[in-house]
Amino acid sequence: MTTTVHVGLAATVTGGVGASPLRPDGRLKVTGEFAFSSDLWADDMLWGATLRSPHPRARITGLDLGPALRIPGVYAVLTHEDVPGRRLYGLEHVDQPVLAADEVRYQGEPIVVVAADHPETARRAVQAIGITYEVLDPVTDPEAALDDAGAPRVHADRPNLLRHVPIRRGDPHATAAVVVTGEYEVGMQDQAFLGPESGLAVPAEDGGVDLYIATQWLHVDQQQVAACLGLPADKVRLTLAGVGGAFGAREDLSMQVHACLLALHTGRPVKMVYGREESFFGHVHRHPARLRYEHGADADGRLVYVKARILLDGGAYASSSGAVVANAATLGIGPYDVPNVVMDAYGLYTNNPPCGAMRGFGAVQACFAYESQMDKLAAALGLDPVEVRVRNALHTGDRMPTGQLVEGPAPVAELLRLVQAKPPAGQADFPPGGTANTTRGEGVVRGVGYGIGIKNVCFSEGFDDYATARVRLELIAGRPAVLVHTAAAEVGQGLVTVQAQIVRTELGVDQVTIAPADTAVGSAGSSSASRQTYMTGGAVRAACQAIRDRLLTRLEGRAPSHRHTYRKGTLPSSEGGRAGETALRLADGQVFGEDGTVVADIAELLADGAIEETVQWRHRPTFPLDPETGQGDAHVQYAFAAHRATVDVDTELGLVKVVEIVTAQDVGKAVNPAAVTGQIQGGTAQGLGLALMEEIQVVDGKVRNPSFTDYLLPTIMDMPPMTVDVLELADPHSPYGLRGVGEPPTISSTPAVVAAIRAATGAALTRVPVRPEHIVGV
Amino acid sequence: MDFMTPPTWADALAIRAERPDAVPIAGGTDVMVELNFDRRRPGVLLDLTRIGDLTTWAMDGELLRVGAGVSYTRIIEELGDRLPGLAMAARTVGSPQIRNRGTLGGNLGSASPAGDGHPPLLASGAQVELASVRGTRLVPVAEFFTGPKRSVLAPDELIAAVWVRPADGPEQFSKIGTRNAMVIAVSSFSLALHPGRREVGTGIGSAAPTPRRATEAELFAAGQLPWDTLAALEPGVARRFGELVAAAASPIDDVRGTAAYRRHALAVLAQRTLTWAWRDLCG
Ligand SMILES: Cc1cc2nc3c(=O)[nH]c(=O)nc-3n(C[C@H](O)[C@H](O)[C@H](O)COP(=O)(O)OP(=O)(O)OC[C@H]3O[C@@H](n4cnc5c(N)ncnc54)[C@H](O)[C@@H]3O)c2cc1C
Repeated sequence: MTTTVHVGLAATVTGGVGASPLRPDGRLKVTGEFAFSSDLWADDMLWGATLRSPHPRARITGLDLGPALRIPGVYAVLTHEDVPGRRLYGLEHVDQPVLAADEVRYQGEPIVVVAADHPETARRAVQAIGITYEVLDPVTDPEAALDDAGAPRVHADRPNLLRHVPIRRGDPHATAAVVVTGEYEVGMQDQAFLGPESGLAVPAEDGGVDLYIATQWLHVDQQQVAACLGLPADKVRLTLAGVGGAFGAREDLSMQVHACLLALHTGRPVKMVYGREESFFGHVHRHPARLRYEHGADADGRLVYVKARILLDGGAYASSSGAVVANAATLGIGPYDVPNVVMDAYGLYTNNPPCGAMRGFGAVQACFAYESQMDKLAAALGLDPVEVRVRNALHTGDRMPTGQLVEGPAPVAELLRLVQAKPPAGQADFPPGGTANTTRGEGVVRGVGYGIGIKNVCFSEGFDDYATARVRLELIAGRPAVLVHTAAAEVGQGLVTVQAQIVRTELGVDQVTIAPADTAVGSAGSSSASRQTYMTGGAVRAACQAIRDRLLTRLEGRAPSHRHTYRKGTLPSSEGGRAGETALRLADGQVFGEDGTVVADIAELLADGAIEETVQWRHRPTFPLDPETGQGDAHVQYAFAAHRATVDVDTELGLVKVVEIVTAQDVGKAVNPAAVTGQIQGGTAQGLGLALMEEIQVVDGKVRNPSFTDYLLPTIMDMPPMTVDVLELADPHSPYGLRGVGEPPTISSTPAVVAAIRAATGAALTRVPVRPEHIVGV
Repeated sequence: MDFMTPPTWADALAIRAERPDAVPIAGGTDVMVELNFDRRRPGVLLDLTRIGDLTTWAMDGELLRVGAGVSYTRIIEELGDRLPGLAMAARTVGSPQIRNRGTLGGNLGSASPAGDGHPPLLASGAQVELASVRGTRLVPVAEFFTGPKRSVLAPDELIAAVWVRPADGPEQFSKIGTRNAMVIAVSSFSLALHPGRREVGTGIGSAAPTPRRATEAELFAAGQLPWDTLAALEPGVARRFGELVAAAASPIDDVRGTAAYRRHALAVLAQRTLTWAWRDLCG
């Protein structure tokens, strides 16, 4: 593996911004000692378990809890009637029952929760519950669901159309010399985090509850849990427990309310841990999509128009479908400059498993389609696939189909050229089929494909997106030390490391402690939308700068020779320094003057007491989309990544070995280069998984493969070596110029892999994941 | 649930006879999955790992007796020369951890149509030694399986060993999976050439309710291969062999693949493995 990092800003502090200090959880995770939420323990705790619907759509006609209650060791058996507060929850629409009342709308929907003194007893109690259903025909075809007159409604009180985002730019009737059309399909991918949904709810003496939980956003959980429990927010306190991966699947509630209900009901701590199979029913998935595209270009391959229709199957409840639809629409033609756009994206209710957030969030599905289209266009014109992309590449100063001006760097052409210029891949370590001895070269053909994608960073459409950080600089054993307290969820991305790096750079103090994330401090927003380094990083930085200001004011009370005029500057500048301010610098626990001499010890200045600052930090505002035209400055920042995939395909068996992946991504500023590379590798692997194997197979509303036996994730034998090129083109609006990193790699690796298989086989491949039978055409 | 660890084979057989609710456990790589998924709640787990005899192998006359408790890793490391087809199959099983724990006896005990150990045992005409307090019997592998995850193993019997003739000619095993490692076979195929007897053995995996031979294909190849001249294989023979193997399967559509694809893949694998084996034989 080679990694080239173009460092724009020299790392000045050990372990500061731009360095790659080791993450504190790394060793523990590798050795199996890290405490995940499923390891939580309280001595007198009970175990929760959940009765779920086996049917995608049914009316509950009878419920007999008696047999469960009679089992010794069972302490509580609760239904919707035991929910003291709001009986529904939801991120965007409050439409999902905490426990189903009379109708179930998807397979796996929770109906009853049980607490018992042993997990096995709890499971047996669940099985003992008597329940009868009147099974109804599920609504499973999103296309049919769209027809409000024809299809039954999933929710009686509203149409199945959850959201429609139209975008109209330029002339809707534009015509072009070369036209390519295509219909594409994306299967239901799962986040497949390794640490299943789990948490521990502990009843408190004040009538409230303390919940230790693996989640992506403590405060949005807190709000929802408190509402459902009918408690004020301050009686529902959440602390982040060890998170075993998230990828969007922990944005919605799973067992949070259930565990709290059981704990408050029994007066005992209650632990809930989903098993692997249950986990497949316990969280939302990536929206399956059907996409229809028409691209029109002039004879030189310049796009004249794009018309697209995207149908996203939201499943039984809204979750974050609305925002996913908006993303698919606004990012749906890709990082290209297109004068005329007619885009319609729809999200629908069906009785399929609920879908919501997953890494890439609507941009993934669209990218597979528009990049497939760009290849089709290249073929129609006899152009190189990179060339046709470069000719249409978005640049700074161009406008998105929403009319939003692309500010800051947009190195679309540059990223494409970078991956294209890499030397061709060498020999594969082994042929397609791995060690399974399927070929000695027979039928094996090589192919190369490209993909580029675009993603918005942070929350969009006028959402009040902020993060809070409390930072305290104090003396510990005579030495300056910093404590950072936020509610930001470390989900494995390395945020705790990054927070400490920012503190070291801003305050020049080496010793930084990151307090456990909890709701005792203000919201950090979600660890999603590639936003947390930007947002919580931004908040920590702002808090540090406020502390720095106060610290330096203390200088003024000191010896006259050390007096400096200190101007409070406005933030930020991409280079980390602040023009027009004092040249005083904090490093190595000291304050340095302009001439490099030590002006004061930080410790000395802290003799007057600790300095603490709590800052609520916002990115610049975004605005809603016009409901008719889809025009509006909806996004904060755009991020781009390009991939080149090289594959060997056994064309007779349809087996694929990805030989190499080359990628280039602009990250603005690599705050932690090792973590950035990790995100790019992991994201790319997840995109490869969607291209080749990852799919929850749903038939008639039922999941056929809820296990890691049949929901296949790429292994180390499937992931090839990668060449990672990281560009650092600073965004003038973001802290340190950084750009969100986590999602872009997932977006463009999928189309690149599929394009490579097409290049090797000539097969049309309009659906992901590509299956062997699609390649061989049987 | 009781956990019993008999130190000797006789003790194990006695428990097996007395406790119909006992489930034998060897490597546990199937049993523990079933327990975790709550598909099984045995009254007793009968741990066979303490029984030394079960984990040995030895030549007995012309035949090799491989104890039921021999792991895949040991098959690869210790029996790769004598049972190359089985060793090739063992290499495709799960991950290193699974190969360290998983056993051939456990594979037979589960009797999954997708068990990778089965096709090579079919191709080399192995026999399964079944034991109980009533005595011992030998069952040809081709008669061992009676349906998906079902076999002739009686409730009081344990699998003692597999008896198999060491390879007397080239052997091959190929397996299709939708990823490059750690995957249950979509379909698999095993081939053994027996030049001395001028016979061909086959085994099909994951493409019928049980692992099965492709008898017609075996007879066809045995009759068509130029055993005397060791001349190059006619492409038409390999192709026809592939067609006959595919015809012997009765695959289904499931989450792992379609019936049509399984048949197609089997034809390709059979054709390729016959080509390789013949080339290996001719040197
Ligand atoms: C991650 C993973 C990957 C896997 N990959 C593969 C694969 O690629 N190919 C494949 O074929 N299998 C695979 N398996 C399945 C499993 O590893 C094999 O079937 C293995 O051979 C089982 O052996 P074991 O010793 O672990 O059996 P156990 O789990 O101990 O037992 C399996 C069954 O056999 C019975 N049994 C065991 N020993 C005896 C005996 N002596 N007499 C009678 N009954 C007995 C048990 O009661 C049980 O019913 C995989 C399993 C896992 C968990």
